[in-house]
Amino acid sequence: MTRPPKRTIAPIFWLLFGAGGMLSALFGTGLVIVTGFLLPASPPSYQAAAAILHNPLAGLVALATIPLFFWHGAERLFLTLKDMRAGPRPLLALISYGAAAVGTLVTILLIFLMEFGS
Amino acid sequence: MADRDRLTIELWILRYRPAQDEEPHFVSYTVTYTEEMSVLEALQSIKDEQDGSLSFRWSCRMAICGSCGMMIDGTPKLACSTFLRDLAPGPVKIAPLENFPIERDLVVTVADFVKKIESIYPFIMPKETKPVEAGEYLQTPAQMAAYEPFSDCINCMLCYAACPQFGANPDFIGPGAMALLQRYNGDSRDAGSRERLDLIHGEDGVWSCTAVGLCSEACPKLVDPANAVNQNKTNSAFDFFLRGLRKENHS
Ligand code: SF4
Ligand code: FES
Repeated sequence: MTRPPKRTIAPIFWLLFGAGGMLSALFGTGLVIVTGFLLPASPPSYQAAAAILHNPLAGLVALATIPLFFWHGAERLFLTLKDMRAGPRPLLALISYGAAAVGTLVTILLIFLMEFGS
Repeated sequence: MADRDRLTIELWILRYRPAQDEEPHFVSYTVTYTEEMSVLEALQSIKDEQDGSLSFRWSCRMAICGSCGMMIDGTPKLACSTFLRDLAPGPVKIAPLENFPIERDLVVTVADFVKKIESIYPFIMPKETKPVEAGEYLQTPAQMAAYEPFSDCINCMLCYAACPQFGANPDFIGPGAMALLQRYNGDSRDAGSRERLDLIHGEDGVWSCTAVGLCSEACPKLVDPANAVNQNKTNSAFDFFLRGLRKENHS
C-alpha cells in the first residue's frame, strides 16, 4: 500500500466559510434591509449605534458574525482567485485569508474598546 | 409526415488519427435520420456507410454500460441516449470527452480514471468475514436507501468532462470516484470508511473541489456526485479536528 496523501489545512478555512455562510444565510438579508434601507432613512447617531454594542450580548453577537462573514468572503475570494490563476497559491491564500485575519483582529479590538473602553 | 424518413442533419466530428493527423480537426458528415435515431446510431451509420475508420466506444446502447460518453454540442452526454431530433437542425458538434487525452477520434484514455476507481477500495470490507453458512449480511430498507443512489454510477466519466477542477488538476480524484467511495462508506455492511477517507484528506482528494456543481448536472444516472463530494468534505473536516480522539484500530 502507498502511504495516504498529506492532509491539507483546507478544512479549517472550509469550516469557517461554512459557519459564515450559515450565518449570512440566516441574518444577511435582514442586515442588508436594516442597514441598507431602513436605517439610512433616519440614520442613528454614532453614539446611539455604539451604545448597542455596550450590551455584552450584542457585543458577542457582533464578535461572532462580523469575523465569520469575513472568513466566508475570504474563502470565496480565494477560490475565485485560484480558479482565475491570479497568482501563486500561497500568495492568494495570504491575500484572502490575511484580509479576513486582519478584519477579525480589528473587529475584536474595536469591540473590546467599546465594551470596556468607556 | 411524408418526408419523415428523409430528414438529414450535418455532424461535425472531431477526428484524430495519431499516425496521420498532426492535430485534432473537425470533419463534416451528413446523415439521413429518423425521429428515434440516437447520436450513437448516426455514428454507426457513418462508420458503416461513409468512413469505416471513424472510432468511438459503445456497447449496451441503453445508457447502462457508460462507454459512449462524448461532448455533444459542448455538453458531456451519452451518445446512445441523445437523440438527433433534439439537436436538429444542426450542425451538431461531436468531440471526445473534455479533460481526457484523446487516444483516437472520439476514444479517450481511461487508464487514469480506472486507477482512481480502483484506489478507493471499491468493494465491501465487512467488520468480520463470516462463513457462507452464517448467512447474509442483513440490511434494512432505510440502510440501503442511504447509499443506493450512489450505486447507480455507470463510470461514464461525464462528470469528469464537466468538472473544471479536474480539467485544471488531472490528479484530483474527481466526482465519479467520490460517488463510488460514498456508495461503500454509506453502506451499513461496510467497515472500510477509515481507509477510504484517509485517501481523500489531501489537496488532490476531496479538497480540490470548489463546489461548482456541474458534475451533478452532467450525470445521466442522477447519481448526484456533488452531494457525495460535499458529504465527504464534512467527513474529512471533522476527521481533521477529531482525529486525535479516534481509536486507531488498524495499523
Ligand atoms: S457519477 Fe454519474 S456522470 Fe459520474 S461517472 Fe458516475 S454515472 Fe457517470
Ligand atoms: S452504449 Fe452503453 S451507455 Fe451508451
